[in-house]
Amino acid sequence: MAIKLNVNGTEQTIDSDPETPLLYVLRNDLKLNAAKFGCGLGQCGACTVMVDGKPVLSCVTPILLMEGRQVTTVEGLGTIDQPGPMQQAFIAEQSAQCGYCIPGMMMRAQALLQDNPQANDREIRQALEFNLCRCGTHMRILRAIHRARDLMQQTNADANGRAG
Amino acid sequence: MRLVRVLLVLAVLFIIACVGFIAATWKSEIPRIARPDPASFDPEIVKHGAQLAAVGNCIACHTVPGDKAFAGGLPVPTPFGTIYSTNITPDEQTGIGTWSEDAFRRAMREGTDRDGNHLYPAFPYDHFTLVSDDDDRALYAYLMTRQPVEATAPRNALIFPLNIRPLVAAWDLLFLNEGPYQPDPAQSEEWNRGAYLAEGLGHCGACHTPRNPLGAERRAHAFGGGEAEGWVAYAINSQSPAPIPWNQESLAFYLRHGFHQEHGVSRGPMAEVTGNLAGLPDQDVAAIATYVASLMGPTSPERLLQSEEHRTKVRDGELAISASSDSQAVPSSGPDRGAAIYRAACATCHESRRPLPFGGLPFDLSTAVNAPNPQNIINVVMFGLPPADGALSAVMPAFGGSLSDADVVALLQHLRRTFTKQADWTGLEGQVADTRSGAHAVRVRPADGIERGPANVGSVE
Repeated sequence: MAIKLNVNGTEQTIDSDPETPLLYVLRNDLKLNAAKFGCGLGQCGACTVMVDGKPVLSCVTPILLMEGRQVTTVEGLGTIDQPGPMQQAFIAEQSAQCGYCIPGMMMRAQALLQDNPQANDREIRQALEFNLCRCGTHMRILRAIHRARDLMQQTNADANGRAG
Repeated sequence: MRLVRVLLVLAVLFIIACVGFIAATWKSEIPRIARPDPASFDPEIVKHGAQLAAVGNCIACHTVPGDKAFAGGLPVPTPFGTIYSTNITPDEQTGIGTWSEDAFRRAMREGTDRDGNHLYPAFPYDHFTLVSDDDDRALYAYLMTRQPVEATAPRNALIFPLNIRPLVAAWDLLFLNEGPYQPDPAQSEEWNRGAYLAEGLGHCGACHTPRNPLGAERRAHAFGGGEAEGWVAYAINSQSPAPIPWNQESLAFYLRHGFHQEHGVSRGPMAEVTGNLAGLPDQDVAAIATYVASLMGPTSPERLLQSEEHRTKVRDGELAISASSDSQAVPSSGPDRGAAIYRAACATCHESRRPLPFGGLPFDLSTAVNAPNPQNIINVVMFGLPPADGALSAVMPAFGGSLSDADVVALLQHLRRTFTKQADWTGLEGQVADTRSGAHAVRVRPADGIERGPANVGSVE
């Protein structure tokens, strides 16, 4: 069954069993390896991506639900040469230890900040409640998200300044 | 001319009646006291008061999530407008710091504040009236030894004429049966203890009993099911929609642990209740279970037989997850689409046969799928069960971001047809859409989120 969806701005047609998890399609068919397989049960958050701007656990999201939807992964946040604000912030704060949970953390945080650009520490902590990190880099992850929030606001202010 | 005179007389009589009513229901002010020294309270009594406050779930209404405990200010939506909970910390300016024990007991028993103002029955004094003098003393000791917090709740926003407080006296006249609780000599001591806790401080009926147009509980339909914070509070009398009938043992386990293998985990406002009951002595939880089991009454042989069928199916039945998924084309709506979604997204946990609370409940056992109103299963599918902070807890992902409204409808139709013998729900589409849009507001917080969880992860408030 062919399913059409948009991944990181590119239209894709996927021909696979409709019950295939979005995560497998991203990693195996589209070679987008940011989202990780952690528990496979929607309990750890390592597979978090954005679908139409909302955080979604791609390991429990069958591809049949994705017809016409917009999917964003970490690859869609920027490139190695031009990392986006979320990526810049995670690099600057050196938030990754083993790194396995980080793409999920970044996508959950990205969805939060798109929805609520002024998110405070309490709101950030609550949004990330679902995402587990086993290394213990939580404080660096939180710092990175604060930094990303400030970077995004700065970028928006600059853009508005130029437009004005 | 004669008509004018008659009207005049009627008007005067009406005014006299009003003045008489107000005079008859007038409550005097109880003098202020200096805030008692916290050290003046017996620690044992304070400790007992803490348990009682947990039974009363006082913290849930008197705390804005994420802010200071008992400082009030939480908006309580009612059909008559919004009421804001009051500050019950011992702050002298904004809390109850200058209330004497008499003033506190009068508030609990008669629904009147220290100044003599009638309180609104959003404060469930129609239940708290049953609390004994000794228990009121312990609650008072507990509250007066909390940290005082300076906080003034916003003004209530009630519709006219309900914004006139003395009118509450008329409500009291109709619906308040003043306590304290009188034991039923025909029943056991344990039953009476359970009735005292459940009918009084526990105020179970505040959510589980339907209300009349004046917002009072319909006693004739006691425990017939109600509503709270966007969730259905199931019937807990003979009308209980649980596929496996409850009994004293299963209720006691559920109330103590917040889940039961054959019924699922508590969520929504009930998660706060079971979270609080965890601090209670076992015999009190068992007593509540004894009383509630008696409300449900004996189970009919027919229901027992059905529940055995459910058990056998869950234990030995074929799993959808192992059935070949020969679904190369999935329709865009309807139960077949629902079946595909169920197999791909739900069955991995819900058919894992891993025990609760960390495994998913098999839907043959689900009260939510059997219930006459689908609201709870809609809430859980869309918003999930958020994890507790830093503690093991039941958790379920939210599927609102990946499932469209049509997908939710298709999935729920499938669950209803596959796992119950009930007729299809009517109006499912509208309920799903209203839940997503927030037209039907739902509060979803983690089980331990009374003080911690700042934001509602359910629909907009």
